[in-house]
Amino acid sequence: MTSSHDDWQAAFDASPQRDAPFETMSGVEVEAVYGDAPYPGQYPYTRGLFPAGYRSRLWTMRMFAGFGTAEDTNARFKELLRHGGTGLSTAFDMPTLMGRDSDSSWSLGEVGRAGVAIDTLSDMEDLFADIELDKVSTSMTINGPAASMLAMYVAVGEKNGVARGHLAGTIQNDILKEYQAQKEYIYPPRPSMRIVTDMVKFTTAEMPRWHPISISGYHIREAGSTAAQELAFTLANGFAYVEAALAEGQDIDEFGRRLSFFFNSHIDFFEEIGKFRAARRIWARWMKERYGATDERAMMCRFHTQTAGVSLTAQQPEINIARVALQALAGALGGTQSLHTDSYDEALALPSEKAARIALRTQQVVAHETGVANVADPLGGAPYVEWMTDEMERQAEAVFAHLDELGNGSILEGCYTGIENGYFVGEIADSAYRFEREVNADRRIIVGVNAFTEGTEDDDPNLLRIDAETEAYQLKRLETVKHDRDSAAVANALDQITTDAQDPTINLMPSIIDAVRVYATEEEVAMAMEKVFGTYVEQAIV
Amino acid sequence: MPDPSTSSPKIRVVLAKLGLDGHDRGIKVVARILRDAGMEVIYLGLRQTTASIVAAAEQEDADAIGLSMHNAGHLTLAPAMLAALDEAELDIPVIIGGIVPDDDVEVLLVTGVAAVLGPGAPAADVVAAVRDVVVS
Repeated sequence: MTSSHDDWQAAFDASPQRDAPFETMSGVEVEAVYGDAPYPGQYPYTRGLFPAGYRSRLWTMRMFAGFGTAEDTNARFKELLRHGGTGLSTAFDMPTLMGRDSDSSWSLGEVGRAGVAIDTLSDMEDLFADIELDKVSTSMTINGPAASMLAMYVAVGEKNGVARGHLAGTIQNDILKEYQAQKEYIYPPRPSMRIVTDMVKFTTAEMPRWHPISISGYHIREAGSTAAQELAFTLANGFAYVEAALAEGQDIDEFGRRLSFFFNSHIDFFEEIGKFRAARRIWARWMKERYGATDERAMMCRFHTQTAGVSLTAQQPEINIARVALQALAGALGGTQSLHTDSYDEALALPSEKAARIALRTQQVVAHETGVANVADPLGGAPYVEWMTDEMERQAEAVFAHLDELGNGSILEGCYTGIENGYFVGEIADSAYRFEREVNADRRIIVGVNAFTEGTEDDDPNLLRIDAETEAYQLKRLETVKHDRDSAAVANALDQITTDAQDPTINLMPSIIDAVRVYATEEEVAMAMEKVFGTYVEQAIV
Repeated sequence: MPDPSTSSPKIRVVLAKLGLDGHDRGIKVVARILRDAGMEVIYLGLRQTTASIVAAAEQEDADAIGLSMHNAGHLTLAPAMLAALDEAELDIPVIIGGIVPDDDVEVLLVTGVAAVLGPGAPAADVVAAVRDVVVS
């Protein structure tokens, strides 16, 4: 017995245990961990963050949902909670994601289509009606206008008697990957980073249960990157946020433990598992060795995982259920903290209620029937898995070295430069095109698309349709709110935001909270800052 | 260089993302596919308006316009694009690519969209669709 094993045993014994039989279906009792040190819960956490793995607690089954009006999505939220979902995750429509109100000319045809439309606090109140905000944790996937959405959530909490300090959740707020992949930005990178650091400071001081950034590789991968590029760009962005916060004089042990990550789980099973394991190891090493974290919690790469939407096919869509199951299994074997499983109809439309339920059921099968949650890092020590983990790390380190050089010793500056010179978008587009060529040359088989196509002509399953009335209804709501509010108070609050934006030493969050409280719209708040920060237009390169 | 397959001048295609939708993986892949097939591709980028696309199509003397839509806005945005082209008296075929349910494909074609390419369309089909709409 090594001391490392004794340490693990002590940590394991101190860990909570779920009430479940940790044995095979044949009744064979299994150990909580197998293989060698460092064990799960031990630095650098390659084998997982917690000594008992999923024996303490299963991953959070967090299903991403949002469509139509706030009432529509509120009903879907309640449905998911009733069916055993344990956290909420909000999908906003395109205008909301871009800081535009439903009545903007840009929003025509987009209101409530790809997510829920939120214009003012009034919408946010309906979105979370009858949901106990001190009991659930809420994730909000929004970046450019993230500060407004966080402010509205704080204001809803106040109205429902839940103080901001008791609100739990995550706001994506990962602006760097917007310029690299998802493209939902408003301002140029540097002023956007100021908003991000303001939010980190604000939540660190006032919202101890809140994760102010979810550093996301998901969209980088969906845009076409390889697994190693997803890993490398995501962690590099993470290093950039750390450097930005350190430059502001913040304590790495304070904010470091509140950063979280979001990865894609794609279809190449072992590559994905290697990627997840490498992510934990790299993050721990860099936080400790390069950035000087001393609190172990600030070295832990906590992540959410979503199965790969881009891997789903419009052809024979029911096959997607099998793809999602395998990707969910990779996420579990990779040790994710929470998981969204995609619905099989997502290559055709937004998920129908039935498809979303099947997706949730799929991860429940992985969690409760397969037995993979009985043992922490069950694949650890397998030569191929360890080699793949090392290989993912090696490829990622090569990217870090490149960015470090681009930024003259600063990953933050390297990321800015890589955004400005098209490095990230170019790398991602190259990978996307290489993959497409391989599929077109039949070098890669996608079942139902370029092989085994019998049945592909079947009719589409029943799809979710957002009726045209949603847009008209939302416009009317917005008009009513604008009519009923105190317009002088709104104007004053917006002026205050513009004034605060001019002084980088002032935190923007308080004035934004004041503005949304008096029902300033999301776009009004965005414009109040745009006056100072300007806008970002991407150079169109193919 | 003349287009080797037809010996006529190169086909000129304007590609754009109309509106707020930022999903640009598909359209960038399509741009490279068409370029590799010998066409002249003018990619306008994200957040274009019907007016900016009309202006570019006119200026670039486009033979076809390709729009990519992933946010279920196609039934609003595609007719708006066609109307803007009509208004400018430009007779340029419009191809829509992206996520469009089967039922809506018919609607778009009836409305006057020249072709609709769904997810997973092979490169050869993409090239053929552009050639077909330009010839007819």
